[in-house]
Formats: sequence, structure tokens, C-alpha cells
Amino acid sequence: MLGLPSAARFFPPPIHTMFVGISILLACQATGELLARFAHVPLPGPVLGMALLAVLLAAIKRIPEGLATTSDALLKAMPLFFIPAGVGILTLSETFRSAWLPIGVALVGSTAIAMTVTALVMKAVLKWRRTK
Amino acid sequence: MTTLWTTPLPGLLITVLAYVVILRVQAACKGHPLANPVALSIVALALFVGITGVPYPTYFESARFLHFLLGPATVALAIPLARELPRLRALFLPILAGLLCGNLSAILSALWLGRIFGANQQVALSLAPKSVTTPIAMAIADKIGGLPSLTAVLVITTGVIGAVMGPWLLTKLRITDAATRGIAMGVSSHGLGTARIYQESSEAGAYSGLAMGLSGLLTAIFLPVLLAALGL
Repeated sequence: MLGLPSAARFFPPPIHTMFVGISILLACQATGELLARFAHVPLPGPVLGMALLAVLLAAIKRIPEGLATTSDALLKAMPLFFIPAGVGILTLSETFRSAWLPIGVALVGSTAIAMTVTALVMKAVLKWRRTK
Repeated sequence: MTTLWTTPLPGLLITVLAYVVILRVQAACKGHPLANPVALSIVALALFVGITGVPYPTYFESARFLHFLLGPATVALAIPLARELPRLRALFLPILAGLLCGNLSAILSALWLGRIFGANQQVALSLAPKSVTTPIAMAIADKIGGLPSLTAVLVITTGVIGAVMGPWLLTKLRITDAATRGIAMGVSSHGLGTARIYQESSEAGAYSGLAMGLSGLLTAIFLPVLLAALGL
């Protein structure tokens, strides 16, 4: 027992590795926020944090266990995190009343266009690569 | 309850409770794509908060901790991205071309259709990032002058539309390849599209997840540049 690192002495291993995971995530987010604010990178802090972590993981070619379990848990619970902002729809009833037509057309039309363009471009490049 | 609203207790309690109850409802609906738990929870809580007369900012402050967790959850998207990155290496050029054209067309067609049918500047800007995953879209909307809460609702609706229409549309276009179907779903309808195409095959689902992560990144990079170029 005494040979264990200090934090693991107080918490059983699964909880301990979860703390390691959340620390890595928060550190990447904080780095992203600092880059966005002080280096004026025009990207949201969490997105920069995600890019940073993806590059780090690709470089070390493995995913630390605590990070994997914490991230899977957070990602599974993610739908819950959208809800507080989404309830803000309450304050937007006027927007929806006046702009339901452009919103509806843009959502259906643009989703169909994006899907069609992506699929056809990728199909064309795959075909071009095969014939080359 | 009146005094408790200055603490996180009631906000956290009713939000988590509503979500758990609605997950049960969704399970009973056999996971029908229109029975989206986020959309249903938002409607249920909006009704509850509206009826009890709690001002929205009071509810939001109380539930803010859940909102904060969107940040670390967005960073956590790096893990599935890193897992699927080897797939990118094998099909680098086709995927990159699809992603670039798909993201550009998603942004431009949303702005363009919105404006043609009479949306104002703020609504159009809230529509622009609608195809990328919610936390990234909300962060982008905040940055470019849209309304993050409007974007949240638009993104979720886009996901439901893509999940319902996507597989049918792709079959109409005679796209049979799992990689292409997955990438097209991930670009146009993020996590909800990914969950839908995952039911077809786990391979298509993996490509869709990859496309979702990279699209979030690409749109976050493109959108401010594109808006500056368009003079918006």
C-alpha cells in the first residue's frame, strides 16, 4: 500500500484514473482558451483543446486508460449538457414566429445539399483515384 | 424553492430528472429518430420553467454546471477522432475533398437559403454552423455574433432531419460504399447522423464519427474567414 503514488493511496484505482482523465481534458481546454484569448487564434477554446489533444494522442500513438474511460463517460452523457442552453428557446419564440420559413427551408435544404455534395465529391475522387 | 433557485440544486435536479425520465420514454419508443431525448427534454423543461414562471436566466444560472461540462466533452471528442484517424490515412484524398466541399456547401447554402427566405443577420449567422456537432456549433455561433441557444436548437433539428432523410437520400444518389455514406452523414448531420448510420454498419458509423470531428474543426476554421470574405 505504501508503495503506491500518493493520490492512488486515497482513491481506489478506477476513481484515481478518472481524475487523471478529467485533468488531461481540463488542461487541454485551458490551454485552448489561453491560445484563443492571448494568441488570438480565431477558434473556440474547447475546439483548440480538442485539436491539441488529438495531435498529442496521434504523436504518442496510444490513449491513456483513464483518459479513455473518462472521455467515453463524458461523451455518453453529452446530450444532457446541451439542455440548459437549449431551454433558451423559451426566450426565442418571437424569432421562431417571424423566421420559421427561412429556418425551415435552410435546415432541410442545406442538410440535403451538404449531404449530396459530400457524397458526390467523395465518389468522384474515389473513381478518379481508381482509374489513375 | 424560491430561495433554492440561487443555488445549483433545482436547476441540476430538474434537468437531470427530465433527461432520465425522457430516456425511459425514448426506450419505450424503440429509439425512433423523432423521439430525440435532447429535443424532448428541452421542450419538457421549457414548458416546466415557463409554467412555474421561473425566469430563464435564473434556471440557466442554476443549471450552469451542466453547460460548463460541454467544454471538457468537446475536448473528449479527440479520443474517438484519434481512434479513427488511421482510416483517414487510407482514404486521405477522397475524404479531404468530401469534407472541404461538404463543409463549404453546408455553410454557404444555410446562409444563402436563410437570406433568400428573409432571415435577418443574427438568424442567418446562427444557421451557418448548423451541420457541426452542438458544442462546437454553439462556440462558433457565440464567436461570430449568432445566438448560441438558437444554434443549439437548429443543430439538433438538423441532426434529426439528417438522420431521418440521410439513408434514403444516399440510396437515391446510388451511394453504396460504407465509407462515403458515413462521411456524408457525419458532415451534414453530426452526432445524430452518426448514431443513425452506425445502425447500418459499424464501419459507416466510424467514418461518420471521423467526419463529425474533422468537420467541427474545419467549420470553426472556415466560417470566420468566409464571413470576412463575404463582408458579413
